[in-house]
This record gives sequence, C-alpha cells and structure tokens, in this order.
Amino acid sequence: MSAPVPLTHITRARNGRPAKRRAQFTVNGEPVDVLFAPHKTLLEVLREDLNLTGTKHGCELGECGACAVLVDGEPVLACLVLGLDAEGRDVTTVEGMADGPALHPIQEAFAQYGAAQCGYCTPSFMLTAQVLLEKNPSPSRDEIREALSSSICRCTGYVKIYEAVELAAARMRGEEADILEEAIYGR
Amino acid sequence: MQDATKTSRKATFPTGIAGSGMTSVELDIPTSEPPVLPPNEDLSVVGKRTPRLDGRLKVTGAARYTADVRLPNMLHAKVITATVPHARVKSVDISAAEKAPGVRAVHVLERLLGSAVVRDSSKEIASKYPIVRYSGQPIAAIAATSPGAAEDAAKLVKVEYEVLPFVVDADEARKPGAPLVFPAPADMAATAGGGGGGGGLTQAGNVRGPARGGMFGPPRGDVENGFAAAEVIVEGEFRTQVQTHSPLETHGVVADWRSDGLTVYSSTQGTASVRDELAEVFGLPKTQVRVITEFMGGGFGAKFGAGNEGVLATHLSKKAGAPVRLMFDRRTEQLAAGNRPSSHQKLRLGAMKDGTLKAIHLVNFGTAGVGTGAGAGGPAQNMYECPAVLTEEADVFVNAGPAASFRAPGHPQGCFALEQVIDELAERIAVDPLALRDRIDTSESRRLERRLGAERIGWSRRKAPGSDPGPVKRGIGVAQSVWYRFTDMDSACEVRIARDGSVELLSAVQDIGGGIRTALAQVVAEELGLQAADITVRIGDTNFPIGPASGGSVTTNSITPAARNAAHDVKMQLASLVAAELGVEPSGVVMRGGTVAAGAGGKSLTFRQAARRLKTEQIAGLASRSANYSDGKRAFDRYGGVQFVEVAVDTETGVIRVERVVAVHDCGRPINPLAIESQVNGGVLQGISYALYENRQLDRNTGHMVNPNLEQYKILGARETPVIETILIEEYRGRSSTDAGGIGEPATVPTAGAVANAVYNAIGVRLREMPMTPARVLAAMAAARKEGGRA
Ligand code: FES
Ligand code: FES
Repeated sequence: MSAPVPLTHITRARNGRPAKRRAQFTVNGEPVDVLFAPHKTLLEVLREDLNLTGTKHGCELGECGACAVLVDGEPVLACLVLGLDAEGRDVTTVEGMADGPALHPIQEAFAQYGAAQCGYCTPSFMLTAQVLLEKNPSPSRDEIREALSSSICRCTGYVKIYEAVELAAARMRGEEADILEEAIYGR
Repeated sequence: MQDATKTSRKATFPTGIAGSGMTSVELDIPTSEPPVLPPNEDLSVVGKRTPRLDGRLKVTGAARYTADVRLPNMLHAKVITATVPHARVKSVDISAAEKAPGVRAVHVLERLLGSAVVRDSSKEIASKYPIVRYSGQPIAAIAATSPGAAEDAAKLVKVEYEVLPFVVDADEARKPGAPLVFPAPADMAATAGGGGGGGGLTQAGNVRGPARGGMFGPPRGDVENGFAAAEVIVEGEFRTQVQTHSPLETHGVVADWRSDGLTVYSSTQGTASVRDELAEVFGLPKTQVRVITEFMGGGFGAKFGAGNEGVLATHLSKKAGAPVRLMFDRRTEQLAAGNRPSSHQKLRLGAMKDGTLKAIHLVNFGTAGVGTGAGAGGPAQNMYECPAVLTEEADVFVNAGPAASFRAPGHPQGCFALEQVIDELAERIAVDPLALRDRIDTSESRRLERRLGAERIGWSRRKAPGSDPGPVKRGIGVAQSVWYRFTDMDSACEVRIARDGSVELLSAVQDIGGGIRTALAQVVAEELGLQAADITVRIGDTNFPIGPASGGSVTTNSITPAARNAAHDVKMQLASLVAAELGVEPSGVVMRGGTVAAGAGGKSLTFRQAARRLKTEQIAGLASRSANYSDGKRAFDRYGGVQFVEVAVDTETGVIRVERVVAVHDCGRPINPLAIESQVNGGVLQGISYALYENRQLDRNTGHMVNPNLEQYKILGARETPVIETILIEEYRGRSSTDAGGIGEPATVPTAGAVANAVYNAIGVRLREMPMTPARVLAAMAAARKEGGRA
C-alpha cells in the first residue's frame, strides 16, 4: 500500500461544537458536497455523512485495514485520513466497484469462491486487489500476498481470497476461467 | 406436533465413511421424521460446492452489519472503562457529562456481566458499584447525538477509586499472600460455546479447584496403578498464552427501547441468547424483546448474550427515548470482550513398550482472568484409548478481563501438550508417530485421515529430527483433533411455499460467517427438487422460529434437520394437493429437477405449476429438531480431524515459517464443501497465528494490557499464510434427518500441536511454550546445546 494521504492535524473541540466545514470531492464518480465537523476522518464522513457503510470500521487506528478505499486510484486507509483531505479528490468505495447491476470481475470471483466468509474484511481486500490487477494483470501468488498484506482477515485463512484474485485476474485478461470445482474428497 | 415416543417406525440409514466400506444400521425413528436421506453421491444439491447465497450482498457492501445500522434519531454511545486493575469505586460523578453538548443520557452500571461472582454475596466487598477487577472493565456509558460528542462528554465523567492491590501474573497469583482478586470463592456460569468452570469448587486464595474429570464424567481408572505397570513414562511441562478473539467487527449493539417492546440489533452468535439476557435484566417478557443479526463480522465464541454493552445501550435507549448505537472500540474489545485462557500443564503419560497407554495424568493451572473455565483436559480425556486418566485443573484468578469460550475451548492448548507427548512416546519406543497413533487411537475416521494426509503431505519424505544440513531446517509434523457432536434442541424452522412457486425459510438462527444461510437453502432445495438459489432464507431475527446459538460447532448439526423436516412437511402438503391430478398417492409424488412428478416417467408438473394449485396464497411447515436418532448403544459422537504441517525454521534467527498444511477432517455429512473448506482454512490460520504470534501481554507493574490493539497484538497476515490443502471425508452415522455435523472447532484444535511437532522434526528441539517466537526458538536451542554439552 502506498503512503496514506498526508494527515493534517486532528483537533477535537472540547466544548461547544466546532463549526462544520465543507468539502467537495467525488465518490464513486458522483460529485459530493458535504458539511461535516473538521476533525472527522474520511471513514466517518463516508459512513456517517454519506451513508456509505460498505467501507468497514475495524479499529480506527490504521491497524486492521478494513477501511481501505481508493483515493485517486490508490489504496488508502480511510481512518487515517481527514475527510477534509479528500477535497478535490476522487474516492472509490466498494459501492462503486460494480457497473450498475454488473459486478466487477473481482466481486464476482470473491462471491463465487466464498472468499467472503463473515465478509467484514471483504471490501478492503477487493479494492486493494483492484489496484493490484490494474498495475499487474498477471500477479504471482507472492505478489498477491504482498499487495493484500495491509488488511487482516480473521475468518478465511486468505487462501480463498488469493484464489478469487487469481480467478478474477484470469477473467480480466480475457481468459476463460472458472472456479475449481474439485472438492478434495477423501475417497 | 406428533408424540414421538408413541409413534415410531424402523428406518435403515447408511453408516460409515463414503468410499471406505459403507454399511447400514436400522433405527427406530419418530414417524414424523422424513424418509432417510441417501448419501451425498445420490443427491443433487446437498454435498455440492455451493457459492454463498449472500455473496452478492457481501461483495457490494450492501450487507448490513450491526456496526452499519442507522436508525432515525439514533444516538451514539461511548463506554467509560476502568483505568485501574483493581479498585472499589467510591463515586461516579456524571454531573458535568450530563450537561455537555449533545448528551442525552448517562448510565452507570449497577451489575457487571461476564465476570465470576462471589458465591456468598455477603462476603463480597461492600460497594455501591461493581468492584473493578480489571483494567478496561465497563463502568458507565454516555449517549449523545454524535460519536464525537459522546467521546468528549466521556472525558468529563469523574470516577473516584479506592485502589486495591492487584495481580495480573498467574504464577504470582498462585503464591500464598498474593493480592486476592476475589475476597471469597467465586463462580461463573458457562455460555453456549463452553467455558464456565463447574460450580461449587473449593478455592484457596486465587486458585479455584482443581476440578477432577471432565465434561463426560469423573476420572477413569487408577493412574497410580497405571504408572506402576507402565514400561515407559514420558512427561512434559507446557505453557500456552492468552489469545484474544479479535473479530474484525467488535462487540456492539443498536438498542431501540419503545413502549411496545425492545428491538436490539446485535453482533452476536446467538440471537436468542441476547434476547434471553435482556429479558432477564430488564424484566421483560421474551416476546417483547426482538433481536436482529442480519450479518455479523466474526465472533469465534466471544459473542453470546447481551453483555455489558447490550445492557448499557438498552439502559441508555430507555432513558433517552431514542435508539442507541454502542460499538466497543478496539481497545475495549481487547480488554473486556473475552479471550482464550492460558494454561500451565504438567502432562505425564505411562505406556507399554508397544505403545499401549496405561495412564495419563494432567495437572493444569490456567487463568481466565476474572472468569473461569481454563480447563484444557478434553484431549487428554477423550482422544486416545487409555484405562486410567486423571485430569486436575484449576482456574487461577488474576486482575484481567474474563475469558469467553473461544473456538474449541481448552482443546488447542490441550492438544499442544498431548500431541507433543504422544510424539515423544513414539520416539522413545522407536515407532513412527503415525504408527503409534494407529495402535492407540480407535477412531476409524482419524485412521483414514492419517493415511490420506500422510500420502498428501509426503510423510515418507520426513527425515530424522534436526537432520537438515544448513541453517534453515525443514520438518513435518502431525497432530490430531477431537471434538464432540453437541446438539442444541432449540432449533426450529418454518418453510413456506407461495402460490407463485417461491420458497422461503425462516429461523432465528444467525450466520456468523460459517455459511448456514446457504446450507439451509441447500437442504430445503434438495427436499423440494429445486436449486439453492431458489430459496429465500430469512434468518437472524428472534421473531422467527427459535434457532440455536452458534457455538461449539452445533449449528449445522442442530438446525439443518429442522429445515429438512419443515421442508418435508410443506412438501407433503403440496404433494397432497397434486397427487390426484398426477394419479398417485401423495407419498408417490417425486420432486426433482424443478418438477413435481408421479415417479420416474410418470405425469409431471413444473414446481411452479404445482404451486399454482395451492388453495390459499401460502402453505407452511414448521418443524423442530428432534432428538438424535440412536440405537441406545452408541457412545457420545465425536469428530476427528488430523493435520499435517510442514515448517522451515531458520536456526540463526529463530523464525519459524509454516509452509504447508494438509488438513483432513470429518464433519458427518458435508452439506457445502466450499464453506467447509473456508472454515478449515480459517481454523488452521487461527491455529498458526496462536502458535506463533498472538499473545495478550499484561504489565505486571501497572496491571494494564501492553498491546490492546491489532498492531502489537500480532495476528497472522496474508504474507505468512501457508498453502492449506483440505481433504474432507464423508461420514454417516444415522443421527438425524440430515446427519450433518459441524467443523468450526475441530479445524483449529490440532494446528498448534502439529506446528510444534513439525518444529521438533526440523530442529530436534522441543518447544513447550507458546507462542513459539524466534526468541523462544533460540533459547530452546541454546538450552538443548548446554544440556548436550553436559551429557
Ligand atoms: S479501521 Fe482503518 S485500519 Fe482499521
Ligand atoms: S471474512 Fe471475516 S474477517 Fe475476513
């Protein structure tokens, strides 16, 4: 993951409410114009003010990766960025991955492979994978591991996540690919 | 409902392992039960890899977790937690906080949940507020119009403490004269996922117990005689650390108190358990408490009941007259939301030279903080054939957050010790570890699992311990799992067919990530001759028929038979409506491949056409789980599971790298192999993470957790994940109308033990303490060299 968008100083007003500030940026291709308390992180603005709850809150400390979004096409931890820093930028969240009703190939593959178990970490992995595949259409397993290492998944064991990214990569390269049907049965 | 005891019929069930000599058994079953379900190879939906029905919701961000719930006028809560590890709270001044901008309600806890309580309440320290017994213990909460306002106001709450002496180190706590965590003996109730520690045990200082024996009875045989008769005795001392559950979604609720009832959105593993606890605390009839869990972000045993967070949010909602959202922050999650207890095990094993076990004796002191249930004796009691088994296990109270059941309570720690000692025995009597297990393990499933796993990992490549040349040494190890087929009888489903041919299943059961939503759809689809995607599954809401709590691997075993029974009921209703038209008896109507037909080649309708014949808009079947079928002879069912691990150990840096895992498991009849593989992968991952990295560290000088986050509390990440290969065997026992079992717990039980055995095979030195960090590897190697030098 590239370095987060620079963090300006977070101040929280002790008494009385700080004057709200305004920011204009695009989210999933749509221009937004929001008023919010200046100390709010991009994660809070997305979830609370724009009602985009697909971006998850796991720690607010920059440690779990669940809040990853794309800012100008680069993965960024939304809990480490002020909402005001999104001014003029282009933000993509999981809600913006699909093209209308048509899922992005990464979404398709994650759903098919069961790469989303409880699903709480899933948006962050998919967005990070999207950036990886844009830059490197044929990543090795190790390159996938490396690229996805900024998010924690407590459920899946990551294996299905890698397999889903590989399947999506193959399909995005235009190859005919389907999920491995074989369950390894003990017989 | 029919009375099952009076009306039974005989039915013949397939038993045994598919592909490995199946037989059958005739059992008496209630007449209300559906016909015998054939083995998976004869089915079209059950047993097939089926993508999750909710996959689309999860990948689009549309799945709504408790943390995502937004209600009109919803307030945000902030919890005030104890800043000291042990104290009597003299006063809580909320006057300034109440006046802070945006604040709508403040509540101070009058009773603490999730902690042991002094048995004789007259012996508890006199106090208006609950005694603080761990840093991070919830004391109060504030609801305000925004999270920021709640946080600011929380800083204005003044808690005055009368600080008491504390102890956080379990070894220190055992010493005479150590500060007392409880002034008198204390007990704690078990939860749905295990835990608890038996009531009424004696307690001396902070040491409660020991309890002798386990959940299946008292000690067996006479260990003294066993050791006297043994030709070989092996023993070891093992320590395992405290592990926190660390689900990605923290504990939390949105509570909405209204005059006509309470609605709570909860991140829980048991919707009914939350309802029951809130009904009890607030004196409400259960019918007026509704609990909803649409999606939840992991629990692993820590999320049962309303918890302090649920009670606080409900009080705040009641006071403020508005819905209140309360999610723990990561720090409170680490401190106050449960953990896997530590263990300090002395395990002694007596055997004959041919490997036959004569005696097993385990002495264990574990700490569950201010809770109980640190036992780790399950594997020693239940894995191998042994005439004399004695386990003596004590809980050591310390001033730390209470444990909660955590994926196979006690078993990963128990296997870490037992499976290493079994390997040591094999080495002492010069027998291959797998051959020894073949002699002393009567489980047929594990016998097959050992063979399949050994072939897959290439066991024959395994070299003598420590024999790899060069600094990076590789090794292969094995360890086994044991878990039990628990059934929760509070398991019911309703299945509805509408006149347009659509089908719906309703149950309060929740999907905690294991994929029960999809498994239920598969079972109903199989019965009605449809596809899983044709079934709408509505679960996670106590307004629907009662569902089991998802803990102890009970969910699939408990709820899928109810789903099949309900589906069969409604199927027969539909069959009766169309039987005459098809020219057969209702029992002769076959539903398969989307058709409703009079047997093969007979007259047929599509399912939709048949549904159009409904006389009312909807028909429904409601059914509960019936008791496990039994011939009255068989013992309590157990799951097996065998895992093989290949590691590389860098003897210069001490770093262990797990490179490959082969996990061979059984879970009765597999319903959805795709979901089962995910569960196994996740169990293995948690096991490796536990074995090598995770460690709750407490500062013995301050009593605070040093790493209450996800950065210094290290969890295995994408980079450290090995190749995991899952092999599943299909085992039939004729236990229920689906004969399905669970996999959540078995998948994580043996991993740490297998890693330890692989490390020994790599470097020739045993690691008896977890996590197996580089420092411990280097220290163990240095100690072994010293010993070798002396010898
Ligand atoms: S919520 Fe941002 S990294 Fe965890
Ligand atoms: S699927 Fe649960 S955290 Fe990744």
